[in-house]
Amino acid sequence: MGLAEFLIQALNSFQYGLLLFMLAAGLTLIFGIMGVVNLAHGSFYMLGAYLAYGFTTLTDNLGMALVLGAGVGFAFGWLLERGLFRFFYTRDHLDQVLLTFGLIYLFEELRAIVWGNDVHGVPIPAWLKGSVPLTDTLSYPYYRLFVGAVCLALAVGLWALIHRTRLGMHIRAGAFNRTMAQALGIDIERLYAIVFAMGVALAAVAGMVAAPLSSVYPNMGGSVLIMCFVVVVIGGIGSIRGAFIAALLVGTVDTFGKVLLPQLASMLVYVLMALVLLWRPQGLFKN
Amino acid sequence: MSASHATTTHLSPALMRALAIATVGLALLPLGAEDYTIDAVTRMMILALFAMSLDLLQGVTGLVSLGHAAYFGLAGYVLAFLTPESEAVSLWTSLPLAMLASAALALLVGALVVRTSGIYFIMSTMAFGQMVFYLFFDNKALGGSDGLFVNFRPQAGWFDLDNRLHFFYFTLVCLLLVYGFLRRLLHSPLGRALQGIRVNEHRMRAVGFNTYTHKLSAFTLSGALAGLAGYLWGAQTGFINPELMGFHWSAHLIMMVILGGMGNFAGAIIGAFAFEYTLHLFKDLPVIAGFDLGQHWQLVMGLFIVAVVVWLPQGLLGGLQRLMSRGDGQRGAPHA
Amino acid sequence: MREVLLQAQSLTKRFGGLAAVNEVSLDWARNEIHAVIGPNGAGKSTLTHLLSGEYTPSSGRVKLLGQDVTGWSCEAISHAGLGRSFQKTNVFLSFTVWENIRLSAQAQLTPSPAKPWAWLQRAEHHAEVNARAEQALVLAGLAHQRHTLAQHMSHGEQRQLEIAMCLATEPQVLLLDEPLAGMGPAEADRMVELLLALKPNHAVLLVEHDMDAVFALADQLSVMVNGQLIASGTVADIRAHPEVQAAYLGEVT
Repeated sequence: MGLAEFLIQALNSFQYGLLLFMLAAGLTLIFGIMGVVNLAHGSFYMLGAYLAYGFTTLTDNLGMALVLGAGVGFAFGWLLERGLFRFFYTRDHLDQVLLTFGLIYLFEELRAIVWGNDVHGVPIPAWLKGSVPLTDTLSYPYYRLFVGAVCLALAVGLWALIHRTRLGMHIRAGAFNRTMAQALGIDIERLYAIVFAMGVALAAVAGMVAAPLSSVYPNMGGSVLIMCFVVVVIGGIGSIRGAFIAALLVGTVDTFGKVLLPQLASMLVYVLMALVLLWRPQGLFKN
Repeated sequence: MSASHATTTHLSPALMRALAIATVGLALLPLGAEDYTIDAVTRMMILALFAMSLDLLQGVTGLVSLGHAAYFGLAGYVLAFLTPESEAVSLWTSLPLAMLASAALALLVGALVVRTSGIYFIMSTMAFGQMVFYLFFDNKALGGSDGLFVNFRPQAGWFDLDNRLHFFYFTLVCLLLVYGFLRRLLHSPLGRALQGIRVNEHRMRAVGFNTYTHKLSAFTLSGALAGLAGYLWGAQTGFINPELMGFHWSAHLIMMVILGGMGNFAGAIIGAFAFEYTLHLFKDLPVIAGFDLGQHWQLVMGLFIVAVVVWLPQGLLGGLQRLMSRGDGQRGAPHA
Repeated sequence: MREVLLQAQSLTKRFGGLAAVNEVSLDWARNEIHAVIGPNGAGKSTLTHLLSGEYTPSSGRVKLLGQDVTGWSCEAISHAGLGRSFQKTNVFLSFTVWENIRLSAQAQLTPSPAKPWAWLQRAEHHAEVNARAEQALVLAGLAHQRHTLAQHMSHGEQRQLEIAMCLATEPQVLLLDEPLAGMGPAEADRMVELLLALKPNHAVLLVEHDMDAVFALADQLSVMVNGQLIASGTVADIRAHPEVQAAYLGEVT
């Protein structure tokens, strides 16, 4: 593998890893803070992708579509948390698994009703078409760099939010001890709604930004959900830092795996997970 | 962090009588039914076997596995691989081999996964289940996304699995034998220990149980029994595909066990029958106010799942038991 | 002649930068009730967790019946002869009293799940398990409650059940974490009687806040403050100890 080839795969790994992080961060936050396992998290990704499809048929401005999508995702997440998920907090994991599995069906059907069952492509906006030349024959698409940049920016934003703002402090307090946080005057209800909505928005934006790369099709949430779970298990539930590192690890193993060992590619990530579980059953970073 | 899901270990005598009558009815079914119905009920019995295997893991030991379908599908694939192009394979060699394969996979995965608990367990079982799914989906040599055909039903010798009635009764016998075995197991020292693990694993360890080996035993045994069901499915339908190992199938299985009532195995059987029948109903729903409910059965299914979890925590069997014997006292406590 | 059954040798447990237990060395002998007292956060519970195998020490050793059991799992230590009751009632709530105790007795006696007959014989038919369970049941004074569900018992009765479960494993050493907590006077008296009856055959580590009971029961008394052992000796010694008075007991008349 030449240097340019290696660079391309490394960039792909990074970009895929960051995309996974957007999803895993939401999932691990929601689980770490509210204790809810959400099988429907992949559906938010799908929602984002279909929103991208919907918005780009209306407007050609990707930037505006992203902002709108984040807004819709956030609002949807807020409503979902206030209207449904907050009743799941006291339920045991089995109930949560089933309830959120039922939600997958519901979301799939709602999507079918609104957008139908066809596969769609989402065009890359004009100003992002084209690629950066690396060698005489190889180049790297601008759009992929853009995706990486957006995800990285959001990751930094999330870190800043959690570690540098009052809201972030409240989130960390709430994760640590719900009753204590309440005693300190933190509005736990509102906090949970915010965290959940943020998780949904992150997933939706991930879906939107990835849509031109992966196309938009029914059940697309399923495969990304599994990857997400693998990232969260490897990283350690409730740990954002763990999710970040695990996401990059998974992105790398998967990307290079597909190039170097195509027969076993899809299994490599699970072998990685198995090795981590052997070494540290609670993931790399305990919360 | 939260209350654990209700289980119904103890069945009242009245309920047991009702179930006995239902079993007799089941045994007599083929005498008056159409071929289509016999096939459908055979399939329901196979799913009931599958559900009981999960009940051992989930209802008795308290381990929620989202990857149990892997052991089901693997056995079917083993049958497909063992069946030659032009003739049948012997039931008596292929069935044990298939179950052994499922048990081996369960042992391997279990050894890793049983060290985790709670949400980690759920997520890791799901991930390993998907791993097996992708292994078969991505490899043409293993059939790929198209799956594999089981060219001939296995050869049994003194009965003929190609005969619909023989297959029905063979499945029924398997069902009853496994039910009997699992009930026996429930009251054995191992069964008691597994229930103890479900109720309070920490205390079990403090008192001296090696909960790891106990959980691993349950996981492996469950896998083997799931293999039995998967083998029969492959034999009956003649076709195995990766979806039978996927997480949707695993989640449906969990639904069946919850729907029927966990922890007593009879509930798993009832849940499997009820779930299959309900699915059948949903797909056949009429058009109401211009909205084709049958086509959008997933919507109804989603709502149904939510409704069962919220309003029927002890499943149909638990609900039925409450109806039949009001004021009946102790539930969930093994007897002295 | 003191027969030492359990020893803590320079036990230390660090969480991050904090030493919850700091270089504690103590021992427990048969026919002795050796109580460990101290204010909240002193490290008493951490010490019991270290001795029973729930935590692994950062440094130091634990010796049970002469054997070095440092770093052993709690199931292994339980098999080696240590039984414990918990501060927060930790019984099988949805099982009957009998099943709670029977299951505890089973822990030490049944074959591993790898043996096939463990799968098919009825649990009730194991005579030895039943005999042990019966003995523990009677000793703890719960025979009349045999068929009651644990969750239907009063708090005090559940604490008794805790002890019974501990006894069912026929340990040599008993680690009792606040057995009298939340008990009314009659129940507390019963518990004190039980502990005195158990004393001759066991080494007893008692963690307690009820000072009257401690002074009445303890042969040896050790005081921990902020993870460190500040005094150890007979009840009279400790009561007169100036540091203990200052840190914990206040003025003793």
